[in-house]
This record gives sequence, C-alpha cells and structure tokens, in this order.
Amino acid sequence: MPDEVLDCRGQRCPLPVIAAARRMPEVPVGTVVRVLADDPAAAVDIPAWCRMRGQEFVAAITGPDGPAYDIRRAH
Amino acid sequence: MSASPVYLDAATAAPLHPVARQALLAALDDGWADPGKLYTQARRARQLLDAAREATAQTLGVRADELSFTPSGTAAAHGAVLGGLAARHRVGSRLVHSAIEHSAVLHAAERHVAAGGTANAVPVDRLGRLDLTAWSDAVRAPGVALAALITASHEVGTVQPVAEAAAACADAGVPLYVDAAQSVGRVPLPAGWSVLSASAHKWGGPPGVGVLAVRKGTRWESPWPADEREGGRTPGAVNLPAVVAAAASLRAAAADAAAQESRLAPLVDRIRARVAVEVPDVEVVGDPVHRLPHLVTFSCLYVDGEALLHALDRRGFAVSSGSSCTSSTLRPSHVLEAMGVLSHGNVRVSLHRETTEADVERFLAELPGIVAGLRAEAGVVGL
Ligand SMILES: Cc1ncc(COP(=O)(O)O)c(C=O)c1O
Repeated sequence: MPDEVLDCRGQRCPLPVIAAARRMPEVPVGTVVRVLADDPAAAVDIPAWCRMRGQEFVAAITGPDGPAYDIRRAH
Repeated sequence: MSASPVYLDAATAAPLHPVARQALLAALDDGWADPGKLYTQARRARQLLDAAREATAQTLGVRADELSFTPSGTAAAHGAVLGGLAARHRVGSRLVHSAIEHSAVLHAAERHVAAGGTANAVPVDRLGRLDLTAWSDAVRAPGVALAALITASHEVGTVQPVAEAAAACADAGVPLYVDAAQSVGRVPLPAGWSVLSASAHKWGGPPGVGVLAVRKGTRWESPWPADEREGGRTPGAVNLPAVVAAAASLRAAAADAAAQESRLAPLVDRIRARVAVEVPDVEVVGDPVHRLPHLVTFSCLYVDGEALLHALDRRGFAVSSGSSCTSSTLRPSHVLEAMGVLSHGNVRVSLHRETTEADVERFLAELPGIVAGLRAEAGVVGL
C-alpha cells in the first residue's frame, strides 16, 4: 500500500509528473507515493521521470480510481 | 521582432526540390491527358509516365513492372499490408510488425484485426531498435502471412536491422514489407525485402505521390476494387504531373544523397550533443550511431509539447512533436511509448538540402532560452 496519494486525475501531462517531482523531495526516503493520473502519457512519463531522477518506479496499477503509479523515494 | 523562418520538419514534408518544381510545371502542360488512351496527347502522357516509372525503379533497384505510383505514402502502406495479407490468407492471418511502425501501417493492421485477423507488435529497446530475438520468434510462429518493418524510425531516426530481420523472415518463408519513407532518397536501401513503400514529399517531391514496389514472385493481391492501372496494384488515375515531378526529384535527391548525408549527419550530431549539454533536464532519444542523417528527437522534462511548438514557431522554427497534447487523439506517440522514453516536451527536428549550418546554430542558440522561459512560466525551475 502507498503511504500517500497524489490525485492528478483530469490533469494533462506534464502536470502529473510535475506534481510528483514537487512532492517527492518533501517525503522521507522510502516513502511510496501513489500518483493517480488518467492522462495516457503518464504511463510513459512517470516511469521515465523516475529513471531520469534515480527514483524507484514501483508499479503501474489500475484500481477503482483508474490508472495509478507508485513511486518510492530512493534518495 | 519577427524572426526569419527556419523550416526543420523535412520528415513530414521536405521543401519542394527545384527539379520537382521544374518538372511539375512542364508536365502540367504536357502530361494532363490520360496515359491509357490511343491518341497523340495520351501517347505523350504515356511516355512521361513510363519514363517516370523507369527512373524511379532504377533508383530503387527494382524492375519498372514491379513499381506502382499511389496517391500517397499512406495509400502505399495500406496496400502493402492489406495486399500482402490477402494473398497469403490460406497460410494464415497473422501480421507481425514492429511496435514503431508509422500509423499508416498500424491503421491497416487495425483493419485486419477488425476483420478477424491477428497482429503481433514486436517491441523495441530504449534506443528504438527492433528486438531481433522477439522478431525471429514472432515470424517463425505458425500462420504468419506477412511481416512489416519500417527501415528507420520517422520519429526518432533509429535505423532498423532490416537485413537481419529479413534473414529471419526468409528462414520462416514469410514475405517482408518495408516502409522506407524516411530512407528513400537519403540513404541506401537495405536488401531482403519483398514489398516496399515510400512517399515523394519526404524526398523533395510533391505531396500526394507514393510508391509501392512488389518484387516478382511475391504473393501479393490488390485489396482494392479492381482497376487495371498501375499494374492493378492501386486504383484510379495517377496524378501524372506530380508523378513526373516525384521521379525527377528522386533522381536528383539520390544523386546528391551521399553529399547531403555527409553534410547533415554532423549537424544532427551537433544538435544531439549541444542540446544534451545546453538544455537542462533533456532526454535526447534514438540510437546515437545507427541513425538517419537528417532527423533528431529530444524531450524536455516538465515542458508542455504544444507550448514548446508554439514558442518555437513564434521564433520562426517549424518542428514536429510526438507529445500527446500535439496529437488529435491526445495520446503520446506510440513510438516514444514503445521505447519507454519521456513523451512530454518532445521535439523532432528534421533537416533537408536547404538547411544551413547557420539555421542549426540559430536554433541551438535560441532553444535553451525558449525552454527556460517556458519552465519559468510553469514554475518548474529547480524541480
Ligand atoms: C515512415 C512513414 N511512412 C508513411 C508515411 C505516410 O506518407 P504520406 O504522408 O505520403 O501519406 C510517412 C509520412 O508521414 C512516414 O514518415
């Protein structure tokens, strides 16, 4: 389970990525943040952001709230 | 302040080659009659069409009777896919294609699947290069009627391992169709294919002319209603003046291709290197070595692709983008998606024979400021 949820539904890329980039430095290392994002580009761009920033992309899931992406703060 | 225009979208449409313009104007006077009829004007039109076919076939290394002129590169791709599948429906109904084909090929595949066929998209790596092991396994599976592979990516420029992919097809007895739209007139064609398509406005010919080549001995059957013109491969009267212009410009482009390649490839390398260094948080995508000489793609983190295109346009730069906000479907480019690279803030720059070093320098000089301005506006600096 994620430690917290960022609701970016209805936002177009790059906004969900920006929201994640703003939030991650504020949470403790090891925290898993779930980004809810229904823009199809998020499926590509959130993992790509994790790779570029050295954060851990945990998984893409589709739950009751639609597509979601779990990121763990790695450093 | 208005900036002088710098056109950097040759991969969509190259500026009309002067030879094409000349040939087009001459053929408008001389080539309006129906080449199929039996009078003087028709014979003149027939001569023009035959000469255009002969010249184009020679450049592509095929026989004239293997070549048809189609109404576009898209129409040629549709015909190549659907005709290749139709001719081998007794063998099976499976189409194998790379995940990074042009939408023309993917849309033909969708049509095939809607009609009860199957399609198998073979993945690419992070650089946009075909996974050859997966490809070989896919074409060896039972019931494969046709395999389709783009010669080089129109979105990121990565040249595909066509010879190896063709060898796997030959082993499996599966015909290979190549979409050579970004290669013809620029780089030598790979060997081993059975069906090929291309598009004249990519090499400096007019829009609205495609070519479809079907090698002798290849099983291919027109998917269209019957029409005897163009070898029975594509229906309708050809746009003869445009075809004449396409053929003349292809000959000119092919003759000049090596020189253009040695001039443009270093400019592309310069863009790749300088953008990576001078624009913070940018991902330059595509294979750094095995690539087309005229095309380069990069994505800028936290930047909206549409805003970037507009900002570049205001400074006179015409470029293309694979970002979702710039597409009518609001989906990111399937090519960037298949590669797993950043899709927002995406820019494709493609050069042509009129592109100068000064154009590229001006682009490189202005780009970092434009990206920085957009990031400042969006409040994402330092993220
Ligand atoms: C690789 C590729 N195939 C096919 C096409 C379609 O060609 P046309 O624009 O002539 O329909 C294009 C052009 O967009 C292309 O780049």
